[in-house]
Amino acid sequence: MDIKRRQFLKIAGLSTIAGIGAPAAFNLLLKGQSPPVSFASSGAGAEAAHEAAPTGVRLGMVIDQRVFDANRGLAQRCITACHTVHNVPNFDNPKDEIKWIFKVPYEKAFTTMSHYHQNEHLHDSRFLVLCNHCDNPPCVRACPTKATFKRKKDGIVAMDYHRCIGCRFCMAACPYGMRSFNWRDPRPFIDKATYNKEFPTRMRGVVEKCNFCVERLAKGLQPACVEACGGSGAMIFGDLNDPGSEIRRVLDANFTIQRKPSLGTMAEASC
Amino acid sequence: MLEKALTGSNRYWGWIAVLLAFMAAGALSYVQQYNYGLGLTGMSRDVSWGVYIAQFTFLVGVAASGVMVVLPYYLHNYKTFGKITILGEFLAVASVSMCLLFILADLGQPLRALNVLLHPTPNSILFWDMIVLNVYLFLNIFVGWVVLNAEKKEVAPPKWIKPFIYISIPWAVSIHTVTAFLYAGLPGRHFWLTAILAPRFLASAFAGGPALLILLCLIIKRVTKFDAGQEAIQKLVTIVTYAALINVFFVLLEFFTAYYSNIPGHMHTLDYLFFGLHGEGQLVPWMRVSTLFGIISIIMLLVPATRKREDTLAIACILLFISLWIDKGIGLVIGGFVPSPLEEITAYHPSFQEIMITLGVWATGFFILTVLYKIALAVKEEKMIS
Repeated sequence: MDIKRRQFLKIAGLSTIAGIGAPAAFNLLLKGQSPPVSFASSGAGAEAAHEAAPTGVRLGMVIDQRVFDANRGLAQRCITACHTVHNVPNFDNPKDEIKWIFKVPYEKAFTTMSHYHQNEHLHDSRFLVLCNHCDNPPCVRACPTKATFKRKKDGIVAMDYHRCIGCRFCMAACPYGMRSFNWRDPRPFIDKATYNKEFPTRMRGVVEKCNFCVERLAKGLQPACVEACGGSGAMIFGDLNDPGSEIRRVLDANFTIQRKPSLGTMAEASC
Repeated sequence: MLEKALTGSNRYWGWIAVLLAFMAAGALSYVQQYNYGLGLTGMSRDVSWGVYIAQFTFLVGVAASGVMVVLPYYLHNYKTFGKITILGEFLAVASVSMCLLFILADLGQPLRALNVLLHPTPNSILFWDMIVLNVYLFLNIFVGWVVLNAEKKEVAPPKWIKPFIYISIPWAVSIHTVTAFLYAGLPGRHFWLTAILAPRFLASAFAGGPALLILLCLIIKRVTKFDAGQEAIQKLVTIVTYAALINVFFVLLEFFTAYYSNIPGHMHTLDYLFFGLHGEGQLVPWMRVSTLFGIISIIMLLVPATRKREDTLAIACILLFISLWIDKGIGLVIGGFVPSPLEEITAYHPSFQEIMITLGVWATGFFILTVLYKIALAVKEEKMIS
């Protein structure tokens, strides 16, 4: 990493994107929000690697790591919001663990990046990771029953828990480690106090993952994690194919990176 | 012909009883797993496939290896294999049956298994694997049974069976190729993402399968009047030796590409398997035993003195079979999950129930094999007497 880049990171922190095409209704929600952060303008341009799919709505998400770095409790609030609204069980052991969105250090989120020496700031940062809703999702290719599929209208990679046979081919296929399996009955491990009757619980033996809150989008709501960010602008969600969208403005104005871009999944995870 | 499996010596029934006991123990463990979920196994979010899928992968190879006796006999008219063709075919039947059972044991929702047919998905390699395995199972039962029936009646096999036999030859190659494609097409799993995986699978299969067949022939020679013959066994030895050497060559190619390119992702799993990665090396002892057994067995197969003696040949085949079983039945599948996509190292220890289910499936396979061999050998013995 050269001096310029390092200085840029110090000033600007990092921002991450995850995501894909969104319904038009969704973009409206983003209107009226103030720009998430004032990005330090720098020489670093957006990478060509995250060019959006040419046509249709393509929902995407930018994670502004600078906001998360400035507000250390925010990431956990996003996780809690997501896991609560989706009735994600809470196991206290890594073997049974189910997680839709979680915090990891930089080198785990971006395994293909290398730095001679990580600055302190980067070393202490924790990055939120979630399903990337890839343009070319390997999990969808692998699934033998179409239990996981890509929605044509908005590009969300969704799941049918009732069709999943639990072969876990999708877990082997996902290059980001974003899928979880119900190794045992999850229901006793869902917090009864916060149980959400409006979202189905899962049974044992099926795979699950982030669904970009399709159920909330259908009601005109934002994804739970984005909502948890309030007006902070830590997560920017919208249609990557709409030149007028906020997410596009953010991408235009900032240097962003994706997770494992060389795999060609078009993951839209950007920093 | 099935009635021939219902009469036998005390030793036969004793062996059947042992197998049934293991099958029952496996079934009991499976009931527990079914009721609790796959959490009863040692698998986890990071190592999401374990011994079941590893055994499945290994046994597809054993099944495919049946072609190593079928091909020389039917395509090259190599008559010496005529006596043991049926053994190769029935070994394939038993192996594919185990494969299907291991897949079922590994499903989180086994009652939904037919969703693969109800919602056919050609972009999934698992869909194709299901097709090729079931067709291969059918081909081998069908061909084996028809040919054996003709042998019993002392007539030539019907001509219409020939197309099925010819189809079964490339089909054997296809089952292991498709099984390799389950792994070799996954982005981000560097250890599996290699074009040489399918040829490597075939090489190790054509070494391990016939090695098992040699052992079975030697056992059969002791417990029945049937002798496959020195020539047939030595020809199998030649096949095993070549295949084992080609397999070693392929493995060394993997090492070259990984370590000469020096790309971390390509080296990580090999490091983890053979030398330890960041101090973690759960499978290192296994892989070293596999390497050692592989080398010893290949030397024993190359040296004429040890190759020609039945006792040393048996030892060589056992060592080679164990070596290849560790390589594919443990290292390949479990190793491929380490490190995880987030570059974490997670150890995997199969649980007691998982091991019992695995043994139960193996016992089921040997039960099928025993019954089929009993029938086939009874027919052959009758013919020898008359």
